[in-house]
Amino acid sequence: MRIIILGAGQVGSGMAHSLSREENDISVVDTDPQRLRELQEKLDIRTVLGHASRPETLIRAGIEDAELLIALTNSDETNMIACQVAYSLFNTPTKVARIRAADYLAHPELFTRENTPVDFLISPEKLVTDHVQRLIEYPGALQVLDFADGRAQLVATRAVREGKLVGRALKSLPDELPSGVDARVAAIFRRDEAIIPEGDTVIEVDDMVFFLAPTQEIREVMATFGSAAGPARRALLAGGGNIGAALARRLERNLHVKIIERDPRRAERIAEGVDTSIVLVGGGNIGAALARRLERNLHVKIIERDPRRAERIAEGVDTSIVLVGDCANEDLLREEGIDEMDVYCALTNDDEANILSSMLAKRMGAHKVITLINRAAYVDLVESDRIDVAVSPQQITIGALLALIRKGHMVRVHSLRQGAAEAIEVVAHGDPGRSKIVGREIGAIKLPASTTIGAIVRGDEVLMAHHNVTIEPEDHVILFVADKREIAEVERLFAVEAVFV
Amino acid sequence: MRAYAPVQRVVGALLMFLSIGFVPPLAFAWLNADGATGSFAFSMAAVAAIGAAMYWPVRDNRRELRVADGFLVVVACWGAVAMAGALPLMLVLDISLADAVFESTSGITTTGATVLSGLDDMPISIRWYRQQLQWMGGLGIIVLAVAILPMLRIGGMEIYKAEVTGPVKENRLTPRIAETAKALWAIYIGLTLVCALALWAAGMSIFDAFTHSFSTIATAGFSTYDASIGYFDSALIESLIIFFMFIASMNFALHFLALRRASAQAYLNNPELRLFAVLLIVISGLVTVLLWSHDVYDTFWESLRYALFHAVSYTTTTGFASADVYLWPGTLPLLMILISGLGGCAGSTTGGFKIVRVYLVSKQGLRELKRLIHPRSVVPLKLGGRTLAPEVANAIWGFVSLYIVCIVLLTLVVSGFEQDLVTSVSVVFSAMNNLGPALGEAGLNWGGLTQTTKWLMSFAMLLGRLEIFTVLVLLTPTYWKH
Repeated sequence: MRIIILGAGQVGSGMAHSLSREENDISVVDTDPQRLRELQEKLDIRTVLGHASRPETLIRAGIEDAELLIALTNSDETNMIACQVAYSLFNTPTKVARIRAADYLAHPELFTRENTPVDFLISPEKLVTDHVQRLIEYPGALQVLDFADGRAQLVATRAVREGKLVGRALKSLPDELPSGVDARVAAIFRRDEAIIPEGDTVIEVDDMVFFLAPTQEIREVMATFGSAAGPARRALLAGGGNIGAALARRLERNLHVKIIERDPRRAERIAEGVDTSIVLVGGGNIGAALARRLERNLHVKIIERDPRRAERIAEGVDTSIVLVGDCANEDLLREEGIDEMDVYCALTNDDEANILSSMLAKRMGAHKVITLINRAAYVDLVESDRIDVAVSPQQITIGALLALIRKGHMVRVHSLRQGAAEAIEVVAHGDPGRSKIVGREIGAIKLPASTTIGAIVRGDEVLMAHHNVTIEPEDHVILFVADKREIAEVERLFAVEAVFV
Repeated sequence: MRAYAPVQRVVGALLMFLSIGFVPPLAFAWLNADGATGSFAFSMAAVAAIGAAMYWPVRDNRRELRVADGFLVVVACWGAVAMAGALPLMLVLDISLADAVFESTSGITTTGATVLSGLDDMPISIRWYRQQLQWMGGLGIIVLAVAILPMLRIGGMEIYKAEVTGPVKENRLTPRIAETAKALWAIYIGLTLVCALALWAAGMSIFDAFTHSFSTIATAGFSTYDASIGYFDSALIESLIIFFMFIASMNFALHFLALRRASAQAYLNNPELRLFAVLLIVISGLVTVLLWSHDVYDTFWESLRYALFHAVSYTTTTGFASADVYLWPGTLPLLMILISGLGGCAGSTTGGFKIVRVYLVSKQGLRELKRLIHPRSVVPLKLGGRTLAPEVANAIWGFVSLYIVCIVLLTLVVSGFEQDLVTSVSVVFSAMNNLGPALGEAGLNWGGLTQTTKWLMSFAMLLGRLEIFTVLVLLTPTYWKH
């Protein structure tokens, strides 16, 4: 496919990375020659220097015969105009834009064909907020992924020494579950290697186990097998940027939330919007909106490094308490009761600050530590060792974008293990006899070696993939592909053969 | 110490791949039973075996090529191909190693300088083989490899950049490098076919038409006759060759754009091409006037015919001859050799300095003049309406200085081994610019030069073809100290 990516930032570069390995013609546009040169040295792509929304730049990037435009620049406005230009001048078939401002997102009628023609909106901050929220809601979960509009979920948990999972064969697991609850182990990662789950596979300590179940039953599954007990009650968020803020807003009804934000002005803005949250200064943008929603129920503290500034913030807020500090400050964390926190989330823009403060929080007794990490190399470095969950905004966004790009009928793609594995949801089209999928029993489908079918969603019903289940047309099939190289094969499997004549 | 396994793997694969190049001459030798069958078969087997021996121990190495590895791969490949290409020449013609390597290097670098005489009576397979060597080298063996070998899909850009000519190398015709390389080769093959058909229609035999089309489109200069194009003595053939030499000296990206957009707009708007055309007209005019004023030829039209042919042949660094240029009076022969320094457009099959560098260097000069008048003015360096990065300008100046240093040094060394300065200057210029003809003792052919000169000039031809940097970077100690 011919694809143009506007913006060579973290997500743009990550996209170029994933897509250039899949037989696509990629052109990346950016205004920073240095960044483009680095990208060009690594990948087999074309780079174009120029302003992303200008027709002249787009022509040089080959918009005239591009099939897909992905606008990922820093500016929402540039992204929107680029889609407009692509639509009005070049009639580009599919246009995807990253829109971050919640204000724009609140008016979906803006993005219709007559106004700003964007076919798909991507909002990384919203995706990440959703992601982290789910992680907080399921205490033992390392990863929570939605399928079929939230009807089914894939949850990863780690088998701990004292837990119920260790030393058991998979076929004996259903006995533990309450009757009526049906779950399936879709995959196991042992020391970063995927293991295809069989009935007599025995779970070892430190295995990462992926359960697939209907959403309403996943809580039971996690309660039975999850490593941590009881829902989280107290959360500490470091970084008051968009993600932190949005998250706090969603969580505050049930949880006790604290936010640490370094930027005083931002802290002030967050504090203005919230009443009862606790805001601890030390971060970015994400906290502001979050905190506004929080303060109705939470008690807010703001930590600010500059005393004069802190004083002014204090004058500007009502019920909030303003503190001065940094999210990697040990004393501060102790004072704010880090050891009583159920969840600590480091959500600033700075990978290093997030990692360090999370490691500190973990060592000081926070139960579960969730860290935002952009660089893939760092994720490998810290996950499973010192930090419970590393959330990569890039991976999450790329997963969402991949679903748009993949040929055929994939409706959802989740990238796992830094993109080495994928969990995908595919619609089975076609009639029995013509399709290699429809009309067959799951046991009779010839899948690639490391691919498993986890479940089927038929209408509102979630069916676990037992061998004798027959796939019907329009079923949503949830597959777990442990080796990404098999994706093409899976695509072919689901392709409707073009012999209609 | 850098790990050389990826380099070894790529070079091995390339050698195995390029051994296929011996198939056509082998077929010629076998069909015509001209006595060279065994030699070509042996060469093919030997090259394939050496390639396999390099490739096999490291076949599973999955390390990617790094930027710095690109230079080594390209130079190693060209060096290996020049050596491999010398094998059948040595075996069939029974010439010395220095002669065979010189001839082979001259072919693959599209120089067209020859140490051989009596071409007309040589085995037909050898006559074909020399032309084919040039054709393979014309667009570049690496570009060919990138187009065809899937293993070069990743890292291919690094070696592609080390081979392709011109100061701005990042411009891709298509997003994927393999597609770009394929497009270039499609244009190259298309041009070769059209040229061969035109020459055939103009009266050449099929064999002559194809072999001369090879060396015309590669702007190389080998002929299957001692008298070169003069053998045909046909104004029609000369004008056709002029036309195709001109086409082959344009940037191939322009051909690509023109074909894809089905319009000639790309040619008209290109500043480099415009300057190239103007320079060709000026040089042709100058040579015509000089020839006419020295009464070399009887009529003005004859002067014009020979002036035009040689002006284009020398400027595009092809080096075809239809007359004995080295016997022309006065400074004309030296002038002809010196204009070869200009070369054709970047991204073409020509050697030399490249018109775009001439254009940019003179623009920079004018910019300094402008600055003298308006000291506070900001004058960006532009090429076709786009501002160039300062690094490009710096790289050009680096190229200029290295180019001059190399020519001066090589001339000094060569003059120690040859009789007179005209010979030394002309062979160095001719080799560095991948031109072919030279003056003095090398006027008729290069066979009379000393062995040392031949080795040195083989190196100079490689230096010129790979535009100096790629070769010289390997001679710096820092390169090996990584």
